[in-house]
Amino acid sequence: MAEKEGNGEDGAVAEIEKKIIEAFEVFDHECNKTVDVREIGSIVRSLGCFPTEAELHELLAKVEEEEEPTGYIHLEKFLPVMTKVLLDRSYRPIPEDVLLHAFEALDENKCGYLTKDELVKYMTEEGEPFTEEEMEEMLSSALDPETNTVLYRDYISMMIVDEPEDLPQ
Amino acid sequence: MGSGSSVNANYKYSLQKSENAFKAAVLIQRWYRRYVARLEMRRRCTWRIFQSIEYACEQDQIKLHNFFSYLMDHFTPSSSKERDFISRMFISGESFKEAELEKYCDYESMEVPDSYTGPHLSFPLLPDHATALLEAFKQKQQLHARYVLNLLHETRKHLKQLPNISHVSTCYSEEVTVCGDLHGQLDDLFLIFYKNGLPSPSKSYVFNGDFVDRGKQSLEILIILFTFLLIYPKEVHLNRGNHEDHMVNLRYGFAKEVMQKYKVHGKKILKMIQNVFCWLPLATLIDQKVLIIHGGVSDTTDLDMLEKIQRNKFISVLRGKKRKESNRNVEIQEVNGESNAEADPTGNEATPSLPSQPRPAQAPSMANRLEFSRWVRQTVQEQIEWCRRLVDISESEDEELTYSSMVSLADLDGPCWTRQEEWKQILDILWSDPMPQEGCRENTVRGGGCYFGPDVTGKILEKYNLQFLIRSHECKQEGYEFCHNRKVLTIFSASNYYEIGSNRGAYVKLGPDLVPHFVQYQANKTAHTLTMTQRISRVEESAFRALREKLFAHTSALISAFKAYDKDNTGRITLSNWATAVESVLHLGLPWRMLRPQLVRTTADGMLEYKSWLDDLAMEQRSQEHIQSSLLEVIYRNRSNLETIFRIIDRDHSGLISFEEFHQTWKLFSSHMNIELTDDGINDLVRSIDFNKDGNIDFNEFLEAFRLVKQTQ
Repeated sequence: MAEKEGNGEDGAVAEIEKKIIEAFEVFDHECNKTVDVREIGSIVRSLGCFPTEAELHELLAKVEEEEEPTGYIHLEKFLPVMTKVLLDRSYRPIPEDVLLHAFEALDENKCGYLTKDELVKYMTEEGEPFTEEEMEEMLSSALDPETNTVLYRDYISMMIVDEPEDLPQ
Repeated sequence: MGSGSSVNANYKYSLQKSENAFKAAVLIQRWYRRYVARLEMRRRCTWRIFQSIEYACEQDQIKLHNFFSYLMDHFTPSSSKERDFISRMFISGESFKEAELEKYCDYESMEVPDSYTGPHLSFPLLPDHATALLEAFKQKQQLHARYVLNLLHETRKHLKQLPNISHVSTCYSEEVTVCGDLHGQLDDLFLIFYKNGLPSPSKSYVFNGDFVDRGKQSLEILIILFTFLLIYPKEVHLNRGNHEDHMVNLRYGFAKEVMQKYKVHGKKILKMIQNVFCWLPLATLIDQKVLIIHGGVSDTTDLDMLEKIQRNKFISVLRGKKRKESNRNVEIQEVNGESNAEADPTGNEATPSLPSQPRPAQAPSMANRLEFSRWVRQTVQEQIEWCRRLVDISESEDEELTYSSMVSLADLDGPCWTRQEEWKQILDILWSDPMPQEGCRENTVRGGGCYFGPDVTGKILEKYNLQFLIRSHECKQEGYEFCHNRKVLTIFSASNYYEIGSNRGAYVKLGPDLVPHFVQYQANKTAHTLTMTQRISRVEESAFRALREKLFAHTSALISAFKAYDKDNTGRITLSNWATAVESVLHLGLPWRMLRPQLVRTTADGMLEYKSWLDDLAMEQRSQEHIQSSLLEVIYRNRSNLETIFRIIDRDHSGLISFEEFHQTWKLFSSHMNIELTDDGINDLVRSIDFNKDGNIDFNEFLEAFRLVKQTQ
């Protein structure tokens, strides 16, 4: 049964919805169209979005149960909200050069690296602080063990994942 | 400017700076969290890929059985040679009587040469023997066949005394350690002993089945476990798993491992092992409160029945398709080898009058298709009937044995269960999986046992006054997992099961309070030095390689599916349709849209040129340039079944089958799979391999030539 080709609004929306459902189902352990609320962040982000924690909370407020939060999010609530997010292209990706500037802004002495202490201080005290686990995980791949510093330029190029922009135009 | 404004300027500057720092931090955190989420998604997708491929493989087992059923229903043996060939497939493994077994697997006459530097065993075994074995295996030494057979004999003697359900009490040993699937991964067993200590009078262990298959050191694990079982019979308990089964071993690598390691005595060892596995207990009960079984339970699980059945009657739990007329299943494994022989014309059989085998009438000419197929049906029917009658007779003999022995033991009003009911009990215990939904339904993915819901668990726990179940059978990322509201615990002890870094292994300790304590581990040094990214990438690579192979194996079906979306024959389809088409062919239930970037590299404005994509896949897999792509595809798709069939045909485990048999197998298989394959096609295949001149095929060479087996690392 052939579907409508990707042109036209209907085709695009249908395709987006299919994507969202797929991502949702990966975290739907009990196969009952619900996911743990703590996994919503992963789902939203793996669909190509870069929300801040604050933006994520806003989104959650729209998809949680109105009466009492059960700790679970239903697909039927999540789908329309997420579809709109993708169509509106909210929470856009961060280009590599903007990321580089961010690291440079923290690098006071402009020496091309951050010390371990500096990075830990900024990541756990500024902005939307990391948990201990998040900090540890970032250090494990970012830190050069010999110099105990983070050469952020190298780090960024290593981590930037080449992803084709596969959202419909 | 005055000092006031410079202070102001300083203030503004530092405010600006901290604002910048704040913004920069948020940006980096935002980016990093997105990165981690993406990794998590990749990790889960990879896991899905491995699991779906693993279970799809087990579904092949069903296809294998369907194949055999198909043979029974459709094969026309037109010569005695062909008839023998077919019956050999069904009646694999003669069932030995006790005395015959002893004689066949005699080890006492085996001499251990002076040149042998491995450990020597003497019975009864002592702790020193165990230590010597552990050390020897660490040094990659091999135990002499004589000792292996001796050990198996003694193990069998011991197991025969044990009840079907072992009872363990925590008051004696204070703590019991329960381990799950090991699957031949000796390093994991070493790690468990290292972390937890060896079995001893103060250290009890329960090993919950699946000691063998897939990993490369299944035999070493068996030897170690059996040794400890004999040294500390009160403290070491083994449960049977679904892989402690000869038919499964033929397919999943254990039989092969034994034959490779013991070229001369391997066959005897396998025979003995077959007769040890069937004596393994089926379950273990801790303090009458915690039930440990390998797979799970069903809504018909009856512990009283399980306690009383003769568990050794079930050498292999896998069986053929249910026959239409008879109520009983064909017990393929249980048929006595003698029934294969022609009926003695003088009628010296002890069984009631065996019908003489019907001779097929002259086949009508092939020109008249209708008549020919009618003749085929008739001949086949007769042949089948004859086979079945033989089977029926020997089976009814067994039935009587069971009934009478039970009557003498139990009271006369006691239940008499059919063989089928007993078989189902064992099958369910060894093959079932828990599911989140309520109810109990057939486990079609595995081809055996059932899926059981929390309500089934609840009823069993209530009926037998239990606290929770411990089972294994399924690989878990963290080595263990609770479900059914913490009433079912899955424990899996083979780390890095799919690939280095794929999962941890775990074991669980229970004290008198029966509160579980877990220890997790990963038996590979590399896994520890890799970062999360590297670990995930590595496992991912492995998963996608396997997936691409699967895609290749379905090339023809994929092309048809794609063409359905390409009515105008442009050679292109949308990526959306690609995803739908692929799922409709592979039925793996994978999130194809998520996986697409890894599978499809180049696209032109959202469209895929499917033919060139498939060609690229083929390029990766092609090792034999001159063999047609379609043939290679067929081989890939059916390789596990092919390998299993080869091993069944090769009854003396020599690794050789005759050219004739090879041809037969291939023809039967291709007709069953509706594959168009000419005789020339088969000959090409054959010619591409260097065969011995004596007309035998070394099928290991065949399989390796087509990269059908994983390269040994």
